[in-house]
Amino acid sequence: MPGEKAAPVHDLTGAQTLLRGWGRTAPSRARVVEPRDEAEVDAVAEAAPRRGLVARGLGRSYGDAAQNAGGTVVLCTGLDRIHRLDLDRGVVTAGAGVSLDRLMRLLLPMGWFVPVTPGTRHVTVGGAIAADIHGKNHHRDGSVGAHVLSLRLRTPQATLTLSPDLRPDLFWATVGGMGLTGIVTEAELRLHPVTTSRIRMDTERARDLDDVMARMSSGDDSYRYSVAWIDCLARGRALGRSVLTRGDHAEVPELSGRARRHPLDFRPRTRLAAPPWVPPGLLNRLTVRAFNEVWFRRAPELERGRVVPLASFFHPLDGVERWNLLYGPAGFLQHQLVVPFGAEEVIRDALERLSAAGAASFLAVLKRFGAATPGPLSFPRPGWTLALDIPVGVPGLAGLLDRIDEAVAAAGGRVYLAKDSRLRPELVPVMYPRLDDWRALRGRLDPGGVLCSDLSRRLGL
Amino acid sequence: MRNGLGAPQSVAVFGGGSDIAMATARALVDGRTRRLVLAGRDPEALVGAARELRSRGATLVECIAFDAEDCDAHGVTVDAVFEALGEVDMAMLAFGVLGDQERAPDDPELAGRIVRTNMLGAVSVTIPLVRRLRAQGHGTLVALSSVAAERPRRANYVYGASKAGMDAYFQGLADSLEGSGVEVMVVRPGFVRTKMTEGLPAAPFSTTPDAVAAAVVRGLATRAGTVWVPARLRYVMSALRHLPRPLWRRLRG
Repeated sequence: MPGEKAAPVHDLTGAQTLLRGWGRTAPSRARVVEPRDEAEVDAVAEAAPRRGLVARGLGRSYGDAAQNAGGTVVLCTGLDRIHRLDLDRGVVTAGAGVSLDRLMRLLLPMGWFVPVTPGTRHVTVGGAIAADIHGKNHHRDGSVGAHVLSLRLRTPQATLTLSPDLRPDLFWATVGGMGLTGIVTEAELRLHPVTTSRIRMDTERARDLDDVMARMSSGDDSYRYSVAWIDCLARGRALGRSVLTRGDHAEVPELSGRARRHPLDFRPRTRLAAPPWVPPGLLNRLTVRAFNEVWFRRAPELERGRVVPLASFFHPLDGVERWNLLYGPAGFLQHQLVVPFGAEEVIRDALERLSAAGAASFLAVLKRFGAATPGPLSFPRPGWTLALDIPVGVPGLAGLLDRIDEAVAAAGGRVYLAKDSRLRPELVPVMYPRLDDWRALRGRLDPGGVLCSDLSRRLGL
Repeated sequence: MRNGLGAPQSVAVFGGGSDIAMATARALVDGRTRRLVLAGRDPEALVGAARELRSRGATLVECIAFDAEDCDAHGVTVDAVFEALGEVDMAMLAFGVLGDQERAPDDPELAGRIVRTNMLGAVSVTIPLVRRLRAQGHGTLVALSSVAAERPRRANYVYGASKAGMDAYFQGLADSLEGSGVEVMVVRPGFVRTKMTEGLPAAPFSTTPDAVAAAVVRGLATRAGTVWVPARLRYVMSALRHLPRPLWRRLRG
C-alpha cells in the first residue's frame, strides 16, 4: 500500500566473532547469524556455507560443541517466542531460544515446573534437546528427551516435525545429537505440576565413597531429586567424603510466613559477579582444599525437612555471574563420565587418580542415573555418573584423563559430549556403540554434510 | 581441531629436520597428533623421521620440500601443506641457521644467509600461512625464537639480530590476530644442545630438545603467548636486559 513503511530487513550476513565454550579453552572464530523466526532460519540453512553451520544457544556447553571455526554459527536465542501454553495439560511449546530461566519465571507462578533442569537455568530449549540434558531427578524422571512431546527441526533439506511416534528414529537422532542433525526451531515440552517454588531438602554427610554410594543406593528412590557433592581432594580413608542433598517439591503447609502467602513466588537474584579478569591460579590446590574443608564442615551431619528456595537447591552457581572466569584466562575442563552399576571401582579409581594429582575441583558431583532415552548419542544410561571441573594447568592432566576414559570405556561407560573438550576420537565408537546408526540417520537428514561443529571435526563424528 | 588441553590433531613443521622440531613432533604424536607434514630443505632426509613418527602412532606423515630462502615458492608450499592435512591445527616454524658466529660479522654472504633464513624466510612463509589459518578460523602458530632475541651478545649478534627481528614480527602478529581464532606462541629457548650447536661451549641455563618440546606442549595447554626454556630464563633475562652496558660487556661471551 502506498505510504506504508516496509518492514525493516533483518541482516543475516552476520559478524565474525570469536566463540568459546563455558570452559573457555579452545576459542575459534565463526560468522554468527541471528535469525529471529523460522523463515530466517530457512534462509540461513539454505545458504549452506562452505565450512558448514551449527546452532548455538547460551553457550553453556563446556567444550566446543557450539563452535564452528571458519564457518557459520546460528545463534538461536532470537527464537524466543512461547508459541502455545496449555495450563490444563501442563504442556508448553517454546521457541528453541527460550531459556529454562524464562520458562521457570513464566510458569512457576502458574504452578508448573520444567521437567528437567541442569545445574544452571541459563540453557535454551534447543540446547537442552541437543545435549539431552539431565538433572538431579534423572534416577526417576530420565533426561529431557523423555519429556519432549514433539519438535520442529530445520535440516539443510527441509523442515520436519518429529516426535517419539512420528519418525522416531530421526527424533532420537536429534535428542542428544549435539546439533548435528539440524536446527531445532521449537519444541513441545511436558511440564511438572508444583504447588510451591520451594524444595524440601534433606542433607547428610557421608564419610567416604562407599558410605555415600550405600546411602544413595538405598535411599534415592524416596526422593525426586538427589545429588552428592564430593570433596575430591580428600584422600586415603576419607576418599569420596561427600555431602548428600536430596529433596522434593515442598507443599504449601510446609511453608511459613511470607513464603506461605506467596507459595509460587520465584524471583531468583544474581548476588555476585566474577570480575572480568582473574589472575591465573586463583583456584589452586590450596584454595580449593580450604573451600572444600569449609563446605564439608558447614554441612549438617544430618538434617531433614529444611525448606529452601528452588534456585538455591538447583542452581547455586547461577548466583555468581560469569563464575567460569574464576579459573583464570587459560580456562578449565569439565569431565563427566557414567559407568554401569557394578563398575563402582572405576569411580573410585578416577577419584584416586585425580586426588593424587591434586586436580583441584571444587565442583565434583556424584549421581545415580536411571533409565536411558533411545537416543544413540544421548549420554545418560543407568549407572553412576561423576562430574568435575579441573583447571587446565594441572601437570599430567592429559594422560590422567585418557587413563580414566579408557577405564570408563572398558566398563561399558561413556563421557558426556556436551562437556567434553579432549576425548580421544578412537573411544567415541566404543562409548557410543550405536554411533554408526546415528551417522546413517544423520546422513539422511544432511546428505551434504552441512552441519558441523568444532566438536564434530575433533571427534570425527 | 586443537582440544581443550591445546593438543593439536594435525601439525605442519617447517624445518622438520631440526632436533627441536623432531622432539616436538614426537611429543605431539604422543598426545593427539595423528597427521603431520614435515617440510624441510631435503625431504629425502626426513623419511627416517617420518617413519619414526608413524611407528609412534601417526597415521599420515608427508615430507615436502621447503627452502626458507626461496621466498617465491612459499605460497605453493603452504598450499601443499593444507592440501595434505585439510585442517592445520598447528604450524611450527623450527628452521634457522646459526652459522659460524666468528666469521659472520665479517662475511656478508654468511651474515646475509643467516638473516634471510631466520628473519626473511620466517616472515615470508608466515604470510600465506596466516591467510589460510584466518580463513579456517582457528590454529596456533609456534615460532621458535631464541633467548638471543632478548638482548644481543657480542658472541652471536648476527644470529641474535635475526632472531630479534623474527621475534618482534611474531609478537606484533600475535596482537594483530586477536579475535581471529589464530594464536601465536613465541618460544625462546636458551642454549639448546643440538646438531646446530654441536661443538660450542654450553652457555648457562642450557637445555635439551626434549625440554623445549615439553615446554611447547605445556604452553599449548595454557595458551601461552611466550614460552621460555627453561622457564626461569624469563626472570634472568628480564634482569639482564636492563643491565648497564659496561657490565653486560664484561659478561662471558
